[in-house]
Amino acid sequence: MNNRIALTTIVIREVLRFSRIWLQTLLPPVVVTSLYFIIFGSLIGPRIGQMGGIGYNEFIMPGLVMMAVITNSYSNVVSSFYSSKFHRNIEEMLVSPMPNYIILLGYTLGGVARGLMVGVLVTLTALFFADLKIEHPWITVTIVILTAMLFSLGGFINALFAKSFDDISIVPTFVLTPLTYLGGVFYSIDMLSPLWYKLSLANPVLYMVNAFRYGILGVSDIDITAAIALIGVMVLAAFGGALLLLDRGVGIRS
Amino acid sequence: MTRALSIRNLQKVYGNGFQALKGIDLDVEQGDFMALLGPNGAGKSTTIGIVNSLIGKSAGRVEVFGMDIERQPVQAKSCIGLVPQEFNFNIFEPVEEIIINQAGYYGIPRREACERAGIALKRLGLWEKRRGSARELSGGMKRRLMIARALVHQPKLLILDEPTAGVDIEIRRSMWAFLTELNNSGTTLILTTHYLEEAESLCNRVAIINNGEIVEHGKVSELIGKLDVETFILNIREQLDEAPILGDCRVSLVDSHTIEVEISRQRSINALFGQLTAQGIHVLSMRNKVNRLEELFLRLVKDSK
Repeated sequence: MNNRIALTTIVIREVLRFSRIWLQTLLPPVVVTSLYFIIFGSLIGPRIGQMGGIGYNEFIMPGLVMMAVITNSYSNVVSSFYSSKFHRNIEEMLVSPMPNYIILLGYTLGGVARGLMVGVLVTLTALFFADLKIEHPWITVTIVILTAMLFSLGGFINALFAKSFDDISIVPTFVLTPLTYLGGVFYSIDMLSPLWYKLSLANPVLYMVNAFRYGILGVSDIDITAAIALIGVMVLAAFGGALLLLDRGVGIRS
Repeated sequence: MTRALSIRNLQKVYGNGFQALKGIDLDVEQGDFMALLGPNGAGKSTTIGIVNSLIGKSAGRVEVFGMDIERQPVQAKSCIGLVPQEFNFNIFEPVEEIIINQAGYYGIPRREACERAGIALKRLGLWEKRRGSARELSGGMKRRLMIARALVHQPKLLILDEPTAGVDIEIRRSMWAFLTELNNSGTTLILTTHYLEEAESLCNRVAIINNGEIVEHGKVSELIGKLDVETFILNIREQLDEAPILGDCRVSLVDSHTIEVEISRQRSINALFGQLTAQGIHVLSMRNKVNRLEELFLRLVKDSK
């Protein structure tokens, strides 16, 4: 059994899937981000002035890219895997000799691929509105990949437990969106009162947005080493948890 | 020779407490074409699901070509091809891609997968449809797509769960010819079907399952030999108001020109005709009420209730 071929098959299938429906998967984040830049960056931004010592347009740019990466990597895996359960074509993989970790890795890399593709498109869009100079390229790339992996795995776990299409929209709407909006995309947490500042530190998205912002702009509200370590640990924990659920057949085997 | 499939004391209790399998034993020899028969809810699909690792078992052991499905899952799964009862492919994917991807899940390189997909599609008459999405296929074509997909990794054991359900007679006949050819080339086949005629004409062995237990298992010819009574439908020239009395045969009037006769296999049909002639009744035509396997099946299922 050649696991590399099996893994490549899933990843190619996933990339083809979201590429075929690019109007639903790749274009919307570009449109939404453009609107954010026009409204918050160009219209309201100049009145806000500087944030964290830099122009507001530049300040929100990393957060908007990260927001698109998080949303798209999550929704790619949750919708693709749940659809496979719904149409029962998940059985194609379950009857095959491919080990469960390959299935999990394949879906995760598919989610990472969409997250990164959307991230690149949003970044290119951002160039129309803000100057871009990446201060720490390796940190930027590491953070964006780890974040895309983490939310792809989150989407996978969500899809395992989901029993209806409602179940795959609850987490993105009621958990992911608030965490992202309150994760320092549009503001520095230094602006917050002590209570909200402490509460914000419990939000994992804050560490991803700030670490990514550090990679691009060289400024951050939090310690970068701690942020990278935290995200890395969360990725490992999510992978282990998802694999355990998959091995136990949660949501896929009677 | 190692058995293609060996099942021992297989049990399944679902989460709601329903016991679908009550400790079945079943052997399928290499090269067999076996029919797994049973009424709805008897445990056929549960058995197939467990063999294919789609359903977890509660107890027992399953070996495929001597390999335990839990201890040697990679080797065991590589030997099996499954054609499930319900369509289980992504209807939005192109037909060819469904088969190529399936080959990929079995570790077959893409170039070889494309070649094998092409052969399978041509063999099953789907070559012209290969670029279109699967949702554009007719019901019969979708069934054939699932057979092509199940064969792409060249399994030694092919399991088909009601492959001819809902397809027209012409396609069903061509599928029978295809499956017979496959069996003749050395592939072991297990078939579940509700068409007993299909099982009788295709398979050399039969297992009948009811209420989670195997109630009969053996060669088709041997099982049919166990049938002690056959039921015939006789068309009569004369108009009858009541069923004639024919010794110890059970006779019932279907309509004024048709009677149904249950006759013991030990009894001569000539004697029956003699009795009818003596009563001035002339038989215009005669046929089995159901085919012999169906008769046996109905009796076994009725007895095991």
